[in-house]
Amino acid sequence: MIAHLPALQVVLPLLFAPVCVLLRQHTLVWLVTLLVSWAVFIMACLSIPVVFDIGPLSYELGGWAAPWGIEYKLDQLSAFVVLIVTAIGAIVITYARQSVTHEIPRDRVYLFYTAYLLNLTGILGVVVTGDVFNLFVFIEISSLSSYALISIGRDRRALMAAYRYLVLGTIGATFILIGVGLLYVMTGTLNIDDLQQRLVDLEEQRTVITALAFLTVGISLKFALFPLHFWLPNAYTYAPSVISVFLASTTTKVFIYVLLRFLFSIFGASFVYDVVHVDRILLICSVLAIFSGSLSAIYQDNIKRMLAYSSIAQIGYMVLGVGLASVTGVLAGIIHLFNHALMKAALFMCMGCVFYRIGSVSIGQMKGIGRTMPWTMAAFVIAGLSLVGVPLTVGFISKWYLIQAAIEQDNWVIVITVLAGSLLAMIYIWRVVEAAYFQEPDIGTDTAGHGEAPPMMVIALWVVIIANIYFGINAEMTSGFARRSAEFLLGAWP
Amino acid sequence: MQYLTGQYNYWVVIILMMIGFYIVISQGNLVKKMIGLNIFQVSVFILFISMGYLEGGTAPIHAPDYSRYASPLPHVLILTAIVVGISTTALGLALIVRIKKAFGTVEEDEIQSMEDTQ
Repeated sequence: MIAHLPALQVVLPLLFAPVCVLLRQHTLVWLVTLLVSWAVFIMACLSIPVVFDIGPLSYELGGWAAPWGIEYKLDQLSAFVVLIVTAIGAIVITYARQSVTHEIPRDRVYLFYTAYLLNLTGILGVVVTGDVFNLFVFIEISSLSSYALISIGRDRRALMAAYRYLVLGTIGATFILIGVGLLYVMTGTLNIDDLQQRLVDLEEQRTVITALAFLTVGISLKFALFPLHFWLPNAYTYAPSVISVFLASTTTKVFIYVLLRFLFSIFGASFVYDVVHVDRILLICSVLAIFSGSLSAIYQDNIKRMLAYSSIAQIGYMVLGVGLASVTGVLAGIIHLFNHALMKAALFMCMGCVFYRIGSVSIGQMKGIGRTMPWTMAAFVIAGLSLVGVPLTVGFISKWYLIQAAIEQDNWVIVITVLAGSLLAMIYIWRVVEAAYFQEPDIGTDTAGHGEAPPMMVIALWVVIIANIYFGINAEMTSGFARRSAEFLLGAWP
Repeated sequence: MQYLTGQYNYWVVIILMMIGFYIVISQGNLVKKMIGLNIFQVSVFILFISMGYLEGGTAPIHAPDYSRYASPLPHVLILTAIVVGISTTALGLALIVRIKKAFGTVEEDEIQSMEDTQ
């Protein structure tokens, strides 16, 4: 059983996606999706102790041994990322039912769950696979289904957002394909471990450096690193609430994982940091991302768009960790993967609850909402504090490690950037808190139907909030996983 | 001269890639953008296929008369990539159909102005 886990995690959602099309009935389809989401989460929990105590789990597809056949592999990093993705997936689907029926036309609900399961297949496949071409195919499975998911709602602006995402996403994926092709020419292999061994002697070749450039740009386009982020704000703003939650807290994380995998498991830290100096570019881009994302977020009236810009800034923090070029830096990046997934999921879930009740997420409509939706807005405040980085929340842990990594190198510009980013986050979160708690609803606003969101949604939201606090107080587990992943990635470097 | 002719397949790839890229950036018509995107993808397919080719090589079938074989793996990979490309195009066109229904146009600037006033 345990030996089959790497493949099962990908196959299970893939098998049940067509089952959803056949079933069609709302509740039934939701139940199937719920079961599959929790099943992959339990599998991820089962594989964690095995991977961290015994060693990586490897699965040969079709019984073909590794460099020839496709290998699925769970190692310290991928097992941790699978855990994040499946945990968010399970909780999002528990939350999704009412929100989906509310926001998506009735005849498309079963297609929504089908596309969701395909998306889950894609992102889990990206994390689990040990073959770079297979990785490209899974990237496209997840991307195609996310374009469909964004466009599935009622808002017609979502269509254009999905179209723009499709064009840019395809360019990004094609760049990744070019990079993979160039690597294949140089080495004659597609297996990640095999590539790593064969690239050691080829580091001075111009083709290898070109491949690195194409891969870095293509992957950065996929996770919206500044200045390649233009598709993201509209896609997150106009997508159905559930999809905003899911994409914001998993897809970008998975592409950060892909970047780590290519930079460290294939090219190797010494090539990336000492020969090509990718870290300098990443550092500049991430600092700009933090400032431009946070500043843009302050001026948004649509809260989902505000959170989308905040995501761009938070992606900056993750890449900043990689750009700092040290074990602590990469550790900070990886731990922020986990922590940001928790806080952004909570914030977007709050917006889903608000949209469910008042049909809008603009700040003008949310005046005085703290009284009609106490639980939702209390959750927003806690998740917002977590985003700012207040102690006792997960955000603090991320900032702590980031600043520690910057101080290690006496890089005070980065320390100031992280602190300034927190202050800017404080400003845009405060705008919402002020509107929700300290302003009266506009006269003439119909508040008759307002009230707390359905219990299921609020409970799912609060599970994430409690996780935000728990892992903020007891960060031993997450920082332990992140440290071992970082040490595993950087190996003997420097 | 040898530098130019010896690697002419790469020049073709680069020229096609830039044409496709330019269409995606410069055209305001959504369907034309899709066409540009297709040209862009096809250039990469040619890159892969020409990499696997060996001068005078045949298909990798074991027969007494032949000893030089072209590598089949890039070709197989590109079969998969072509399928991915087709699905992307199909999804893109499906989105364009829905955009046309919702906005009544497929010109980006007109849609943009409608979105701004919404």
